[in-house]
Amino acid sequence: MATIRIPPVLRPSVGGEKEVSADGASVQEVLGSLSAQHPATQAQLFGEDGQLNRYVNVYLNDEDVRVLDGLQTPVGAGDVLVILPAMAGGGP
Amino acid sequence: MSPSGAEVIRRIRSETDEVDPGEVRKALEAPPNGTVVVDVRESGEYESGHLPGARHVARGFLESRIEGVVPDRSAHVVLYCASGSRSALAAHTLEHELGYENVESMTGGITLWKDRGYPVEVPRSLTTEQRERYSRHVLVPEIGLEGQLKLLDARVLLLGAGGLGSPTALYLAAAGVGTIGIVDADEVDLSNLQRQVIHTTDRIGEPKVDSAEQAMKAINPGVEVVKFRTRLDASNVMDILPGWDVVVDGVDNFPTRYLLNDASVRLQIPVVSASILGFDGQLAVFAPYQGPCYRCLYPVPPPAELAPSCGANGVLGVLPGTMGLLQATEVIKLVVGAGEPLIGRLLLYEALGATFTELKVRRDPDCPICSRDPDEISDDELGVFPDYEAFCAAAG
Repeated sequence: MATIRIPPVLRPSVGGEKEVSADGASVQEVLGSLSAQHPATQAQLFGEDGQLNRYVNVYLNDEDVRVLDGLQTPVGAGDVLVILPAMAGGGP
Repeated sequence: MSPSGAEVIRRIRSETDEVDPGEVRKALEAPPNGTVVVDVRESGEYESGHLPGARHVARGFLESRIEGVVPDRSAHVVLYCASGSRSALAAHTLEHELGYENVESMTGGITLWKDRGYPVEVPRSLTTEQRERYSRHVLVPEIGLEGQLKLLDARVLLLGAGGLGSPTALYLAAAGVGTIGIVDADEVDLSNLQRQVIHTTDRIGEPKVDSAEQAMKAINPGVEVVKFRTRLDASNVMDILPGWDVVVDGVDNFPTRYLLNDASVRLQIPVVSASILGFDGQLAVFAPYQGPCYRCLYPVPPPAELAPSCGANGVLGVLPGTMGLLQATEVIKLVVGAGEPLIGRLLLYEALGATFTELKVRRDPDCPICSRDPDEISDDELGVFPDYEAFCAAAG
């Protein structure tokens, strides 16, 4: 069971949680089981081609999965996945 | 009977190798030759003028500080003082107590040097007021006098005098950053004051750049404030950005962040970037060609429904304070050259859980901007990204 850190903009889609646990042996499987539990996350994370949306970064522990094996990157039981969309908030 | 002080000095001088100022001058003018020239006089004497390139270790601190200046005990060390007595005593200590192998004392000290008409360097220093004001910086070894002078010479541009810009501006002014630019088109609003601590209730309705200037000058009248009462956009970015040493990004929208990124890569100006939402903050330093740029991290912006701004969604008032001060810290590190700047790393702060998370950010070898030579980035490309029109239309 891996831990997924949920960014603020996605928290409404997972009942307000900051962290969610999900099963799976790869990034694809873990995020797949997240979207099975919380269907609203599906379209936010994945495009119609089944790939991660380009505006969503996913990190396995501290490393971008795109520099690992992408969605096929293996995930261990104690690993943490961080979902990170860009935030622009600042000034006004 | 014990010898007199004068006799001891005379004896030690007779036992010390001396070198003529003419030889020292040749050595200084033909570096690098391994010769280290050390002024052993008091600080005030050194600051009123010293041999060009000389290091300073007052004789009273010789044993505790010489290794920091000359770590190699076999190095050729030339010591001098005012006339040659203190430097002979210091040379004696280096040879006999500390094991330096190749030490000489300059004949006649700086007095003879000046009599010969050789050049003297007067180091830049702080005024009496600055010495007092910045004394707690100067005491920190990583900053010191040299770092404080760098801060006084620095030009830092703040984008936004809002939530993030408020604490950054106040602390950078307090720290003595010599020139601080502020870009902001807005006026102070009552709803700003929950977090924008540079503004005050009695300045509601005033331009934020004017309000910020008042607050910064009240803390530190020595700071020069350059005001840009405008929004950064493609028409003015190449007028505003050139000439700044560091840019602090606290803007509230993606188009401006991409625009700033592209222009700063082209101009090779580091950007200290932060963003906030709710209880969450992100911080990174984008140093062009040293580390990734904003586009390497976020190649495309999220759709508008996933990109809310603080104005629309709210933010814990102290959060921009926390993130803005982390930005100010990174600015000072970049200016002074201390520590490890947050380049190639993204720091996430989650205030409710009180957690910090650090993620690695890599340069994208296919980055549309920073994979190219800065001169190749044209005006037309600055701030452009796919679906720009649609994004802006959706964001309203």
